[in-house]
Amino acid sequence: MQTFIDFISLNDPNVLFVVIGMILLGISSATIGTFAFLQKRALTGDAIAHSVLPGVCLAFILFDTRNLWVLLGGAFVTGWLSIVCVDIITKHSKLKADTAIGLVLSVFFGVGILLLTFIQQSGNAAQSGLNNFLFGKAAAMHPDDIKTMGIVSLLIIIIVLTFFKEFKLLSFDPAYAKSTGLPVTVLQLLLTTLTVLAVAAGIQAVGVVLMAAMLITPAAAAKYWTNNLRKMIFLSILFAVAGSVIGAYVSYTDNKMPTGPWVVMMISCIAVLSILFAPKKGIIPKYIIRKKYVNKMLRENILKELYHLEEKNPGKKIFSIHDITSERAMKSSDYKLGFRMLTRKHLVNKVVTGYGLTNEGQVEGKRITRIHRLWEMYLTQQLQIQGDHVHEDAEGIEHIITPEIERKLIELLDKPEKDPHEKIIPY
Amino acid sequence: MQIPAIEVHDVTVSYNRKPALWGIDFAVPEGKLVGIIGPNGAGKSTMIKAMMDLNKLDSGYIKLFGKDIQDVRDRVAYVPQRGSVDWDFPASVLDVVLMGRYGKKGLFKRIQKSDKEMALACLEKVNMLPYINRQISQLSGGQQQRVFIARSLAQEADLYFMDEPFAGIDATTEKTIFDLLLKMRAEGKTILVVHHDLQSAYLYFDWIILLNTQLIASGPKEEIFVPEYLQKTYGGKIDLLTKVGEMLGELQVPPREK
Repeated sequence: MQTFIDFISLNDPNVLFVVIGMILLGISSATIGTFAFLQKRALTGDAIAHSVLPGVCLAFILFDTRNLWVLLGGAFVTGWLSIVCVDIITKHSKLKADTAIGLVLSVFFGVGILLLTFIQQSGNAAQSGLNNFLFGKAAAMHPDDIKTMGIVSLLIIIIVLTFFKEFKLLSFDPAYAKSTGLPVTVLQLLLTTLTVLAVAAGIQAVGVVLMAAMLITPAAAAKYWTNNLRKMIFLSILFAVAGSVIGAYVSYTDNKMPTGPWVVMMISCIAVLSILFAPKKGIIPKYIIRKKYVNKMLRENILKELYHLEEKNPGKKIFSIHDITSERAMKSSDYKLGFRMLTRKHLVNKVVTGYGLTNEGQVEGKRITRIHRLWEMYLTQQLQIQGDHVHEDAEGIEHIITPEIERKLIELLDKPEKDPHEKIIPY
Repeated sequence: MQIPAIEVHDVTVSYNRKPALWGIDFAVPEGKLVGIIGPNGAGKSTMIKAMMDLNKLDSGYIKLFGKDIQDVRDRVAYVPQRGSVDWDFPASVLDVVLMGRYGKKGLFKRIQKSDKEMALACLEKVNMLPYINRQISQLSGGQQQRVFIARSLAQEADLYFMDEPFAGIDATTEKTIFDLLLKMRAEGKTILVVHHDLQSAYLYFDWIILLNTQLIASGPKEEIFVPEYLQKTYGGKIDLLTKVGEMLGELQVPPREK
């Protein structure tokens, strides 16, 4: 608990630095990641992330320093080279982009691991900490490193703000963008460069292996909540920042714990929750909407059958379950549920001998019967569909027709008295 | 002689070495409503993309208003095929139409109120005003098409390239678009429309380009709608040309010695 208070009170200047760094990283990677996601270049981000490792190691071997600017330079070079390789392979061979990405990713990462092992075995004193680049270690960063990371992140944010509308058009419709004279090739190059930079900026805090998740997962989660690009970017930033600050906290409390996996776990949790619960698009809200509709159909069908029974048996008001199920076959679990809902809504009265419609229930039953028969009339008269084919269709449509459409139907059909089966349409 | 709106001279374009267009020559005068007609795979879309420099030419040249496309970009507008983009993109109808202003604005300039008013006026022309704030993922096919056309109108161009604007849309949209095309022609705009339905083509256009990898015919519709040309366009591909084209694709050699 004390460590938690220490962490959030930001009294320790080192913690303050780390948190600011993580926030900037979250902002830059989520922003650029949203565009990568919308361009369907998620895998490209992964290829870049894995391919910066050999660059970092080479820079370390060549310049014998842990200065982050130097390592970033190395990361940038090989990250870029990997994208060039993917482009060359897809352009000049029969291999498709996903294969090319898979190939390049594993070759570059393999070389990176090779170089890393070489550095470790050479026993170079300064190498301590270099393997943090695999999975990240936010707490182990020097204030200088965090400054570097912050500057790179800020640069990315400024460039994206400057070219926001161009990047938006490029992501939505590149062919059209080119036709309007926008320098599409240059802009795409810029966007790819920024992706490489965003990945490179995160290698120390999150690590190369998991940086791709920092780019793509926040955007994927945000897409579930909004259909507005600005809001989507804002939400991805929120998710990424939340994930990375929590990751930094874990790394602060236990310095054996790598940051990257925690960041990714947190962001992935947010993504899973979004997929499940986001309004409208989430799996569970969708299921609930569907379930509500099924229940509505069930209620309306029972009301309609009760109304039919009243029509057939003038004067009789109470009908047994048997009467109702012989009118319309229903599972017992269904009609039990249906009657429970209907009595709760005071549309149906339950008495010892069975069920009867209340006044409101009768109005409802009449309305559904009316819509059903009007729709049958519409199909036979206006669309010339055979009378024996229209019932099934009306069974489905009767539950969705609004009062407005009903009025239009009545107007269009000139308030008919009987339906195609010579049944009276009740008004 | 007046400079034609479009001049295409000896143009060959190939995909993966296999020619999609072969030695195309034609010119279109200004102010015409032009239909590019031909069967599937005839190279119709390739043709208009080539005119906007979206496809590389293997041979020949294309002049718009007597100039290179790069010099007249601001006079040219493009309506891509509806299916060429992902409509699940997070944007509203107004957002998409505003994209039509980006080219005019250039880099670094922000969208202003006047651009918004312009976009709204364009949306009105295609009867889409009630939908300005709707998410594009919720539009029907016909509405998507009208949004794309409104976006091209926002470019205030003189020459319009439309790729299959009549494909898979409802009757109301079809009428809206056709009426709009007539109005645009009356304003002196030149409009090239890729179209695959022969029946409606005669009704819609006043200038026809018949295409099937090679140019079959180009001119006023009365001269072009003759059985001989139509037979040539639709009566199966020209055997020898197809065969040689496939050979180029297999051998991976360019169609011209360059």
